[in-house]
Amino acid sequence: MSWLLPPGVSTFAGDIDRIYYLILWITGVAFFIVEAGLIWFLIKYRARPGRKAHYTLGNNVAEVVWTAVPAVVVIMIGVLSGGLWNQLRGRDAIPDDAIPVEVRARQFEWNVTYPGSDGEFDTGDEFTTRNRLRIPVNTPVVVYLESEDVIHSFFVPAFRVKQDVVPGMRIAVWFEATVAGDYPLECAELCGNGHTTMGGTVSVLPQEEYRRWLTEQNQTIAAR
Amino acid sequence: MATMAAPLEPASEPHAHELSFVKRYIFSTDHKIIGIQFLLLSLVGLFVGGLLAMLMRWQLGFPTEPMPGGGILPETMAPGGILLPEFYNSLVTMHGTFMVFFAIMPLLVGVFANYLIPLKIGAPDMAFPRLNMASFWIAVPAFVLMVSGFFVEGGNAGAGWTSYAPLSANPEYTGVSAGQQLWCVSLVVLGLSSILGATNYITTIVNMRAPGMQWFRMPLSIWSLFITAILTLLAIPILSGAAIMLLFDQTLGTHFFLPPGGGQPLLWQHVFWFFGHPEVYILILPAMGMVSDIIANGSRKPVFGYKSMVYAIIAIGFLGWIVWGHHMFQSGMNPLLGTTFMVSTLFIAVPSAIKTFNWLGTMWRGSVHFTVPMLHACAFVAMFVIGGLSGVFMASAPVDIYIHDTYFIVAHIHYVLFGGSLFALFGAITFWYPKMFGRMMSARWGYAHFFLTFIFYNMTFFPMHGLGVGGHMRRIYDPTQYEFLQPLQPINTFITISAFLLFATQLIFAVNFIVSWFRGAKASANPWNDTGLEWTTPSPPPHGNWEETPTVYHPPYEFSSPLVEEDSLMQSQRLEQPAVSQAER
Repeated sequence: MSWLLPPGVSTFAGDIDRIYYLILWITGVAFFIVEAGLIWFLIKYRARPGRKAHYTLGNNVAEVVWTAVPAVVVIMIGVLSGGLWNQLRGRDAIPDDAIPVEVRARQFEWNVTYPGSDGEFDTGDEFTTRNRLRIPVNTPVVVYLESEDVIHSFFVPAFRVKQDVVPGMRIAVWFEATVAGDYPLECAELCGNGHTTMGGTVSVLPQEEYRRWLTEQNQTIAAR
Repeated sequence: MATMAAPLEPASEPHAHELSFVKRYIFSTDHKIIGIQFLLLSLVGLFVGGLLAMLMRWQLGFPTEPMPGGGILPETMAPGGILLPEFYNSLVTMHGTFMVFFAIMPLLVGVFANYLIPLKIGAPDMAFPRLNMASFWIAVPAFVLMVSGFFVEGGNAGAGWTSYAPLSANPEYTGVSAGQQLWCVSLVVLGLSSILGATNYITTIVNMRAPGMQWFRMPLSIWSLFITAILTLLAIPILSGAAIMLLFDQTLGTHFFLPPGGGQPLLWQHVFWFFGHPEVYILILPAMGMVSDIIANGSRKPVFGYKSMVYAIIAIGFLGWIVWGHHMFQSGMNPLLGTTFMVSTLFIAVPSAIKTFNWLGTMWRGSVHFTVPMLHACAFVAMFVIGGLSGVFMASAPVDIYIHDTYFIVAHIHYVLFGGSLFALFGAITFWYPKMFGRMMSARWGYAHFFLTFIFYNMTFFPMHGLGVGGHMRRIYDPTQYEFLQPLQPINTFITISAFLLFATQLIFAVNFIVSWFRGAKASANPWNDTGLEWTTPSPPPHGNWEETPTVYHPPYEFSSPLVEEDSLMQSQRLEQPAVSQAER
């Protein structure tokens, strides 16, 4: 087993991973200090005939130190995480030029709707694909998530993106993929008997190829 | 100051021999018998929860293979021994439900609050003995209702132990209707039991402490059970309310959580976790308290920083109310709230760290006796640290984006609930067993059980961190369906085999528990040379606990006190020359 995250292929994957590894370092050090201290004390102070335990009730300086040090560390983690969280999910986080796509989840499939040639939804020229989301590389994308039945969760591990899809809500989540390729899309929230089968693919296409595909699709719709 | 309220209930008369068998052991008002009744009921719950986990693990380790002996399960669960996805979802749901509500919570609170509170504060019984009896006999039908879900049409509830709506609120989505309704009713009934218990514990601790048992002379087990009882009293009604609303959505056509009628799915999550996070501390605080008692005893030293420990318990109890949103970072809740909840959640690390360092401080320069309870208590500290530290990852909202709903969370909760609470419980059961049954559990089998459990436990749960880091989602029926999870499948198989070994190891505990009851060595009044009041009365104590109410002269953990020759000074021991312990100077 490994503590290393699989490769991330979105613009912010590196930022999330950095905080993960920072926490891994901090908790790793705390883990070794505490576990080593525990084992050391247990061996060193094991009961031996003729030796009485040292009667002490505590030490206020020690209490202050091991209250203050963790407090400072968690404040630091909180500040770093809060900044990134705001950058990812804050009010103005979604880039203005992000390409809009709509993903409607239902038991047990992902229906992806593209706005068509006018770039607007609900105008009659949309088209829908099932279980495959095609997006261009190096371009911000905003996905509007809706559910027709229960709560699902839109999870693309390679992008470090996860967002619950809640019936009755329209939730926007954005990302920008940095490497072309196919990446698994999963449902991360228990959604019923077929939950395990609710997988899909995110195809990150080179920009040229994406444009060609999109034009083709729009023409097909227009011809209909 | 501590006062001694005169017990008003006739059941507290110390004339046990006049009671019939039924009144003495079945419909008993004696807190000790009720504690033991809860112990037997919740050990059955622990067994059921474990068994369900084994079925689940088979499916995850060997996804397409028929389970050996699976043929005895009906067609609706596992045709040909291969588990159905809907049955798997019921297993996921019921494993969590049984472990949380019918194993860990009643073990910690039903058993030890009942058994220890009067004995450790010097009271003859609970403040309301008949209410206490009712709290047990209400828990029994709740248990039966929950189990009966497996035998109704549509199977048992399958929306997870958290029962997220709308999946849980509309039978169309799962095919489960009666099962989910039984889940709601059972929890409402069980909630009533918990509320009665909590009322009793709070009243007893406030009013019935023996003379001299000042607040800061109470053992940490009692402090933690006291704070836990307050959390229970405030949190359980919220769950009951939520469960009733869910039941109405399913049966009466209301739309609290169903969007088509204007309901809000997130309302369920807010209400459930507003109960659920204090619940998490209900499941760990008593364990922390009892571990503190056992570590002081095993190290022959007073608990290091006793007052900080008390304040840390109170701080955890308070913070527990303002962190529920960390379960909902990815839920669609306003991201601004995410920041707020992240900060409050991270701060839980502070009192947790205080407690951990004080446990180490207690062992420092002690004289450590490796009794079976002490080993379990040390394992609690070692494992709780892992569970606590892994919590920091998900407290950071951006990191939680990735690890939320993965096996990382599964690893985390099991490091806290099994590595933490259950190790503490094995320690506590072994420690107070002689008081409960008048006999010692076998130490040899106790060591065997401890070491095997410790090894297999870590083999089972530690690799789950790796699964989660690899992106393995929770609650999926067949991980091999995903190409990117296939390289992780050997880990799943390894975990499954370890889990089977872990489960089999518990047989040692079960046999030791049962055999020692009849054949164990007779226990003296104070087999661990402890300082608590419960050890001043015979094992097992008579009805009414003491002939004469004890008076308390000392703080709770006067081990190796310079005031006496021996290495322990009973709380109720009166010294020839009145001396004040350093602890109170």
